[in-house]
Amino acid sequence: MQIKTLEDMQTAKKLGLAQLYPDKPKILVGMATCGLAAGAQKVFDLFQRKAQHEHWDGVVEKTGCIGFCYKEPLVDFILPDKPRLTYEQVTPDVAEELWSEISAGKIPEKHFLARLDIDDPILDGGPRKLYKGKLKGFLAKAPRYEDLDFFKLQRHLAMRNCGFVDPDNILHYIARGGYFALYKALTEMAPEEVIEAVTVAGLRGRGGGGFPTGVKWASCRKAQGWPKYVLCNADEGDPGAYMDRSLIEGDPHAILEGMLIGAYAIGSSEGYVYVRAEYPLAVKTLQRSILAAREAGLLGENIFGTGFSFDIKLNLGGGAFVCGESTALMASIEGKPGEPRAKYVHTVDKGLWNRPSNLNNVETWANVPLIIAKGADWYRDIGTEGSKGTKIFSLVGQVKNVGLVEVPMGISIKDMVNLIGGGVPETKEFKAIQIGGPSGGCIPRELWDLPIDFDSLWDAGAIMGSGGMIVMDDSTCMVDVAKFFLDFLIDESCGKCIPCRLGLKRMREILEEFSTGKGTVADLDELQSLAEAVKDGSLCALGGSAPNPVLSTLRYFREEYEAHVLRRKCPAAVCKELITYSINQELCNGCTACVQECPQGAITGEKKKPHQLNAALCIKCGACHEVCKFKAVEVF
Amino acid sequence: MITFTIDGKEVQGQEDWTVLDVAKWHGIDIPTLCYHPAVEPYGACRLCVVEVDDGRRSRVVISCMYPIREGIKVLTDTPRINNVRRWIVQLLLDESPASPKMQELATKFGVTPSRFKKAGVDFACHLCGLCVRACHEVVGAQALTFGNRGLRKEITSPFHTGSKECLSCGTCLYVCPTGAMEQLFDKVGA
Ligand SMILES: Cc1cc2nc3c(=O)[nH]c(=O)nc-3n(C[C@H](O)[C@H](O)[C@H](O)COP(=O)(O)O)c2cc1C
Ligand code: SF4
Ligand code: SF4
Ligand code: FES
Repeated sequence: MQIKTLEDMQTAKKLGLAQLYPDKPKILVGMATCGLAAGAQKVFDLFQRKAQHEHWDGVVEKTGCIGFCYKEPLVDFILPDKPRLTYEQVTPDVAEELWSEISAGKIPEKHFLARLDIDDPILDGGPRKLYKGKLKGFLAKAPRYEDLDFFKLQRHLAMRNCGFVDPDNILHYIARGGYFALYKALTEMAPEEVIEAVTVAGLRGRGGGGFPTGVKWASCRKAQGWPKYVLCNADEGDPGAYMDRSLIEGDPHAILEGMLIGAYAIGSSEGYVYVRAEYPLAVKTLQRSILAAREAGLLGENIFGTGFSFDIKLNLGGGAFVCGESTALMASIEGKPGEPRAKYVHTVDKGLWNRPSNLNNVETWANVPLIIAKGADWYRDIGTEGSKGTKIFSLVGQVKNVGLVEVPMGISIKDMVNLIGGGVPETKEFKAIQIGGPSGGCIPRELWDLPIDFDSLWDAGAIMGSGGMIVMDDSTCMVDVAKFFLDFLIDESCGKCIPCRLGLKRMREILEEFSTGKGTVADLDELQSLAEAVKDGSLCALGGSAPNPVLSTLRYFREEYEAHVLRRKCPAAVCKELITYSINQELCNGCTACVQECPQGAITGEKKKPHQLNAALCIKCGACHEVCKFKAVEVF
Repeated sequence: MITFTIDGKEVQGQEDWTVLDVAKWHGIDIPTLCYHPAVEPYGACRLCVVEVDDGRRSRVVISCMYPIREGIKVLTDTPRINNVRRWIVQLLLDESPASPKMQELATKFGVTPSRFKKAGVDFACHLCGLCVRACHEVVGAQALTFGNRGLRKEITSPFHTGSKECLSCGTCLYVCPTGAMEQLFDKVGA
């Protein structure tokens, strides 16, 4: 179906709505990469097979991820005039049970996660109450999404359609207000007005730097040169971060629409999405969505008959972390090695093939339609003074609930950890949160009231980065953490410039001395000055931010470093060379569990009498410590 | 003409000049390693760093690529700059303690080999890329290229096979600041 006019859009919307909320039951399976990894394909196939065999009058569909990744596979039932019902950890066996109830018109109570009463597509049409009258029985008591700690503080703006639409169905996207913002921009707004709206909204780049998006667009619009390129950075290389993947797999058209609006504002007719090749599903989803948009006439020549033309090509990433850096990314699209270069001439003036180029991150693009549809003032109301809107984080580490969370800027670290994350395990204590990916910083307990936004994180020595968050408890050694991130960055350094190539390696060597009891206090200062030299001297932001984990841990956990170099002790009992295991003679009741576990035969003793540990044989594997139920194996 | 200051002294340069060009013109010494007037700047060694205040903020940039702008204030001798340079020289010296070029730099910066110095590498390649650029831009051949990345980055012939493009002209030997090309040279040609 070709879409040329507002009437066409309304028709498409009606068709889409009828599919989103059909007058028969519908089963939705979360089939983003996280769902698939948990076995969603089998579940989907099972429902489809059952539906076919039993001639069920209903629909089975796939959708993206709502962020509850640790509860996958997630399955939703959308029943006419009922709240939407979500079920968690639906293995094929569970699916079988759910099926027998749902196909018999009953509402399953096991594996229930939450109900959704009101669907707010945000972009268009306003909230939609999903049932009429009063809820009864199980449904009345069933928890709502907003009752769950994980969801209470969340606000899904960029993720507005994830878990609601079939990413391969453009009608679903239109039904939820998609491409109406593009229509508005093209038919009611001058390019300058679009830029003005994005600037006033206060949108800042979600790819790490936090650069004001409107300012970037304005410079690119002003730049001399033709053609101009509009680029999307979907290279997402931070280990453990997958918000961009999730957005692409859940709602690809939001990104395309954002790019279309940006292209109109900047005056560009050619775009590229540079997508990480290791994301096969995201790549396929993007391919299909680009084809669908082209078929609908929403990409290509003369869009909405306004004379505006824009098309998008896909480019597969070069496989290295540093290819996500803007100049390396552009070199890579040109077919050159993905190496950064100096940016003294900005890429908005001379970027891809030396032409004016505007690069934004996936999540940045997904925010754009919102600003145009709802207005800059609406958007400005969300977030903090300097950081507007929401941000998606991937919350992992020592918390109960891990997954993707989208929250308004400015919520505190404490709420993120304790409420959304459900806190650290009972026997442990929160120690630090590492924010911003491998070159982010570690923020300690003392600062956990800190609002999470670009500027406070920066002041605290961390960065927003792409939004990776790792919660650490007191079993983590901060010297060890610094080593871990440096290892990643050393591996990913392109090697072009000396501070990064050799400086990071030297920092790592100094840390190794610390964790093996060879460091001195003077080395702490040496490490600090080297870290600063690497930060100041490196060519690109990889080297420029790589010292952050070291600098931030030196700043907040200096005592722990001092313990390593002064007392030759690792307080968290992680650095093997600095710890000794011993058996507390009073606590040991001679159960012999450790004797059997020790691979070295270092523990001896008679049954029911306190055991002895021969330190000379001990390789500090910690097996005895783990197996002892009586806390008799001590580490110092 | 563009007017600005270097270390407080008013200087002038032409439209497309870099800070380093102007400094050289005025006899102001800025150390360099990967720079050579015959080829395009590459910005890898970072030895030529200076601090530039453009009226909005002060930051560390490399003089061999930073285009001059009206009214900027350039400083070539600040604690930040010296910390970067001293560390670069230290790291390079430890890679090749016996290299005459490194020893010369080390003397200038008062740096001595550290406990991390490598043994037995007299003429380590510092991947400054002068040979690659000279071969490409001056000779017009493409007999040399970078291979690998990170700590394994190296100078090689394309596809690691002897290069038929190599004319054995010796230009790379001439520009190499470390003497490393002496060791590599035989492996490059076909
Ligand atoms: C080493 C390195 C890796 C990067 N990787 C990414 C990435 O995977 N995705 C991304 O959007 N930005 C990445 N960036 C940031 C980009 O250079 C660039 O700032 C960003 O894409 C601009 O978009 P934004 O203004 O919308 O954030 C990376 C930067 C560096 C230095
Ligand atoms: S800072 Fe690191 S990644 Fe960036 S150009 Fe230098 S060596 Fe390459
Ligand atoms: S061989 Fe010499 S000129 Fe070539 S990169 Fe190495 S040090 Fe530079
Ligand atoms: S001389 Fe400028 S970076 Fe090497």
